[in-house]
Amino acid sequence: MSERTFLGLPTAPRGVGHLRGAEPFPVAARRALADTQLRRNLGKATRTIRAKRAAVVGELPDWEELRDAGQAIKARTMAHLDRYLEQLEEQVTARGGVVHWARDANEANRIVVDLVRATGATEAVKVKSIVTDEIGLNDALAAAGITAHETDLAELIVQLGHDRPSHILVPAIHRNRAEIREIFLREMGDVDPGLTDSPAALAEAARTHLRRRFLSAKVGISGVNFAIAETGTLCVVESEGNGRMCLTLPDTLITVMGIEKILPSWEDLGVFMQLLPRSSTGERMNPYTTMWTGVTSGDGPQQFHLVLLDNGRTAALADQTGRQALHCIRCSACLNVCPVYERVGGHAYGSVYPGPIGAVLSPMLTGVEDNASLPYASSLCGACYDACPVKIDIPSLLVHLRARHVDEVAETHRVPSPEAVTMAAASWVMASPARYEAAQRAGRAGRLLGRGGRIRRLPPPLSAWTAARDAPAPPAQTFRAWWRDEHGDTQHGDTQHGDAQHGDTP
Amino acid sequence: MTARDEVLARIRTALAADPPGSSAPPTGDAPAPSDAPAPGYRTRGELDPPALLDLLAERLIDYRSHVRRTGPAQVLDTVRAALAERGARRVVLPPGLDLPGLDQPGPGQVGTLDGVELITDGGLSAQELDQMDGVITRAAVAVAETGTIVLDAGPGQGRRALSLIPDYHLCLIDAEQVVALVPEAVARLRPDRPLTWISGPSATSDIELDRVEGVHGPRTLEVILISPAG
Repeated sequence: MSERTFLGLPTAPRGVGHLRGAEPFPVAARRALADTQLRRNLGKATRTIRAKRAAVVGELPDWEELRDAGQAIKARTMAHLDRYLEQLEEQVTARGGVVHWARDANEANRIVVDLVRATGATEAVKVKSIVTDEIGLNDALAAAGITAHETDLAELIVQLGHDRPSHILVPAIHRNRAEIREIFLREMGDVDPGLTDSPAALAEAARTHLRRRFLSAKVGISGVNFAIAETGTLCVVESEGNGRMCLTLPDTLITVMGIEKILPSWEDLGVFMQLLPRSSTGERMNPYTTMWTGVTSGDGPQQFHLVLLDNGRTAALADQTGRQALHCIRCSACLNVCPVYERVGGHAYGSVYPGPIGAVLSPMLTGVEDNASLPYASSLCGACYDACPVKIDIPSLLVHLRARHVDEVAETHRVPSPEAVTMAAASWVMASPARYEAAQRAGRAGRLLGRGGRIRRLPPPLSAWTAARDAPAPPAQTFRAWWRDEHGDTQHGDTQHGDAQHGDTP
Repeated sequence: MTARDEVLARIRTALAADPPGSSAPPTGDAPAPSDAPAPGYRTRGELDPPALLDLLAERLIDYRSHVRRTGPAQVLDTVRAALAERGARRVVLPPGLDLPGLDQPGPGQVGTLDGVELITDGGLSAQELDQMDGVITRAAVAVAETGTIVLDAGPGQGRRALSLIPDYHLCLIDAEQVVALVPEAVARLRPDRPLTWISGPSATSDIELDRVEGVHGPRTLEVILISPAG
């Protein structure tokens, strides 16, 4: 299969990292839907965050203006991305940091492994970072004999449970307190067997478990929320203080950053430090944010490395319509309002980027072919667009990617896809009123297939449609037949314009 | 070709097809024109100073910080009261805390206040900081609307580890350090300093979205607001 993309720019390579699921969305979603515990956890969690977000967004009289500003800043950033990255590199270097560039996941993993090895350490503490999960960094470190300790509580739950994250912000959203207690008792080793399942007790257990690691850590590994080109400042937003520990106490700090995370100016933080916390955790401000510029003598890590990662981002940038997916600030507001996400959860998307934005971002990074079912994992209801703090038009992007997928399949396959055949047939039928009516009459025969007003399985090639959804059984009478019965107009009722007054015939 | 050159070349290829004039020019090419339109969002708060302090206090308390209000002449007494109530025995101070009435020990030295040991930081290890009951700092700026204090490692604030490892953080804020809005704080801060934005004690909502105060950072944050009105 080709990995051809716009302008021939390479997508994220296969065989490394977590951007592709083992199975298509409809298959994974069907299994997730059968998990009632998962649906209860997700329903409770997303309802809670939605209410918190709505309350704190409602407090700001200029929320829409902030969204507009966020969108404009990100559009400008992408249009001059090369220039801003060079500026960032210059500033970080001038302040004592070392900048590395990585074409893809494999190269980024190699760079980080080599940097950790050079310190002589065999352990590192990690701040929650989706990009390092995207590239499969923990696996690469483990293969090199280096243990990466996740320190965010949810990431710790996921890591100890030998599990995968299922939400951008709350990676263990699919686990309830009883499950978490069991994981801690089984995996922590040093935990009090009398541990209860109250969230406070579980948080205390995590604090005790990680404290010694933090205080003796030699290497910290992080992602980044924002990087300021103008000043070389990096910014990590968090809640628990594990981020501050990892960013402050180790001698060496290694930060991996997707190239799209950059912002042009210092003052842009005035916009994004309002948009992100309110959209993300539904707080006026998150408990802790750390900002650092290069190395500061006597304060924090004295060795700082910044790894700038492409891994399919330039391929996404080349799609002028799709590019806005790179504006995402990973707040997860779109997940929490999505009726599809709320029911199937994050694992069904197969990628570290779940939910509506993931359904757009993952196929753009991998090439649509490798995540072909994701652009269809949506009802296009538009709630994600309304919630997005930087106004990414996710529904339009989903439709755009569906069209890209159909086009790419048509170009690479001599035999047209079921979608292409269906659309071509529909266009032939709908071009003639007589054919259209004949088709509707034929469609009524479909009632024979239906039970309780739903058709669960159509014969091929239409089975492709009903594999993932029920089709409504056609009504007993078509609209056209009903109109004739009501108005007794057999002469003109089926004219092209439906206008008997003019007496024109087709 | 190096990875750097290749990634930059890819970006230029990706952008080459953009229609000319389709995007705003890059920032920093020229100073912004003096008649440039102001941003549509708020960049200046409208509250008078007393209302600003009231809002800050309200928002701090809402996110589970403790707040004491005092006048400039009573700061040391308020600190004494806070430490006594907390039951702290050993407290670390950053150099240059400038607390009127307190003869601060030099870096690495130990003093006492009402029987509480005060140690001025002279490069304590993380393990030594972990033995402290608390830390007293000043701050660089506070944001009323979000209930946020920002430390910039300036005088009286110290390196970042000081306000991170001890379990109790007592922070002194002067009225003139308080702004209403996030953009005002950003304008006051210096990006070349390590910055810590703090909004309440450390917290997590990772277990069933139940908020729990106190994970790895200080589990108690107490703020003393200092203004002539007390």
